[in-house]
Amino acid sequence: MDLSEINFAVLVASLIVASTPLVLAALGELIVEKSGVLNLGVEGMMIIGAVTGFIVGVETGSAYIGMMAAAMAGALLSLLFAFIILIMQANQVASGLALTIFGLGIAALMGHPYTGVKSPQISTISIPFISEIPVLGTMFFQHDLIVYLSLISVLVIWYFLNRMRAGLILRSVGEDHDVAHSLGYRVVTIRFLAITFGGAMAGVGGGYLSLVRVPQWTEGMTAGAGWIALALVVFSGWRPFRLLIGAYIFGGITILQLNLQAIGVNINIALLSMAPYLATILALVVISMSRFRGNRGAPGCLGRSFVKIT
Amino acid sequence: MRQFMKYFSASFLFISMVITSSIAIAADYKVGFIYIGPPGDHGWNYQHDVGRKAVDEAFGDKVETFFQENVPESADAERVMTQMALSGADMIFATSFGYMEPVLNVAKKFPKVKFEHATGYMTADNVSTYSARFYEGRTVAGHIAGKMTKSNTIGYVASYPIPEVVRGINSAYLAAKKANPNVEFKVIWIFTWYDPAKEADAAKTLISQGADVILQHVDSSAIMTVAEEAGVYAFGQASDMSAFGPNAHLTAIINGWAPYYVKKVKQGMDGTWKGAEQTFDGIGAGMVIIGPLSDKIPDSVKKEAMEIRDGIASGTLHSFTGPINKQDGSPWLKAGETADMGTLLGMNFYVEGIEGDIPQ
Repeated sequence: MDLSEINFAVLVASLIVASTPLVLAALGELIVEKSGVLNLGVEGMMIIGAVTGFIVGVETGSAYIGMMAAAMAGALLSLLFAFIILIMQANQVASGLALTIFGLGIAALMGHPYTGVKSPQISTISIPFISEIPVLGTMFFQHDLIVYLSLISVLVIWYFLNRMRAGLILRSVGEDHDVAHSLGYRVVTIRFLAITFGGAMAGVGGGYLSLVRVPQWTEGMTAGAGWIALALVVFSGWRPFRLLIGAYIFGGITILQLNLQAIGVNINIALLSMAPYLATILALVVISMSRFRGNRGAPGCLGRSFVKIT
Repeated sequence: MRQFMKYFSASFLFISMVITSSIAIAADYKVGFIYIGPPGDHGWNYQHDVGRKAVDEAFGDKVETFFQENVPESADAERVMTQMALSGADMIFATSFGYMEPVLNVAKKFPKVKFEHATGYMTADNVSTYSARFYEGRTVAGHIAGKMTKSNTIGYVASYPIPEVVRGINSAYLAAKKANPNVEFKVIWIFTWYDPAKEADAAKTLISQGADVILQHVDSSAIMTVAEEAGVYAFGQASDMSAFGPNAHLTAIINGWAPYYVKKVKQGMDGTWKGAEQTFDGIGAGMVIIGPLSDKIPDSVKKEAMEIRDGIASGTLHSFTGPINKQDGSPWLKAGETADMGTLLGMNFYVEGIEGDIPQ
């Protein structure tokens, strides 16, 4: 065993790539849940994004157009969910699960002619000057556009939720929809928008998986990433920066355990495979215990149907 | 949750199964196949479906084949096979290791139906098993890998620590070491047969640690795609995967089920089929096929690889020929001695020179 065989700069760079689909999908779900809606269909929206992004990317030859199509596909699927739970007022948990199953099935159908097709290349953007810094440059500043966008969206979503009036309204709808309604806010419209945003983000996360991370289309390729994204939202206490840390810890330990195996480290491998899950939960639990005691951040109306009081 | 989804999709499949089987055409002899994944995986399931089509072609109207894809290795497999038997199947091929218990259970209920179970080890009066000596193919691949590596580091992405996979690693290592004494193996276990993202991550990790040839014992083609991008070499698994990495693809170890399926269906039709038989064929019988060799391989290495292939096929060469020590240095095979079937089928140790432990 020789730790020097692990290239830590490459390790950090690849953990960022591995975590990006999670960051994107989880950020979207965070906004959805902050508006008081629990959408368990993240996995379904991700895989629809993955297949649509891949198909459009291949047909147009541009990974970026593919990524946009992935966002639209995710948003479109989430509209179905929004209609069912907001207009028809169906149970959110059941509808979300149905969305996942529906998404997995339809993606398999759509993607059938595209197995074994090569995806268009996505170029990495090296940020001038700072990407030349040894080690740090390789780690953080030689990624593709989507990675930078995912980091910017963490910042934007934090600002939106905590510093903007619109964010405050969104949160108030999630905390108590009856009060928000009596204050004159359009609960259903706001939730519609939040769900659509969540769908688009999950779609991009899926598109990133099929266009960048793997990159190819294979049936069922999300393999549970949507569920991990959902768990991250809860464990992060609905806070964007913690969510990012959680996702990077998860991706980091996943990549680290592969590296440790490859250098032949003498640790039980079943334990190593479990490590990402354990470490992420532990880290986020510790963070939430130390500060903001008593305020776990769960929106008050999470998962409850809104019935207009007359 | 995934369990729930499995059941949901399986019950859906079951319903569609009932519908499709009720409109089945009346042929003299009916043969059913169940697959663990989609035949479109370009790997394991794809080749079983190639075998099924060969049966179709060989017997024309006399035999009717049908299949069910994405059948989980659980009670669902039992339901699907029961349904097949009820709708008149004369023979059923169950093409994954985990169908072992379901096959035995259904076989008990339908003593007249003949069952063929792939890679299993338990038989009954109407259940035979078959598997391929994939490790023979890995001897050829290992030799090519040893000759092609410049960094002397070969990466190996492994699925589950079962004898079949361990056998493959040992066989590839012995051949690579013989071809290039400086070679070193790095093995990553990912505990799944099919997870493209995880397979890709494992391959990227191996490449970042200096591996320039990757062998795989997992089902998807993700590793080939990664190898192509990184400019390293890899081998196709179960099927030819050159479409995913035209420059990376050195050759493929292809599973050739067609001759076996045709033979067994023929035996079933003329009444010579026997239960409780265990078939374990390799390159010689055409159950393991070495795919076309890439132009990237120098002619001399191509020639050596073909000699090894032909030697194994004719029986003059054996993948495990002594002297071989186990990983801890204790002797396993004496000079000239070849491995016996029992040890191979239960292989749970690395040979000397491979670093790391097999997960228990």
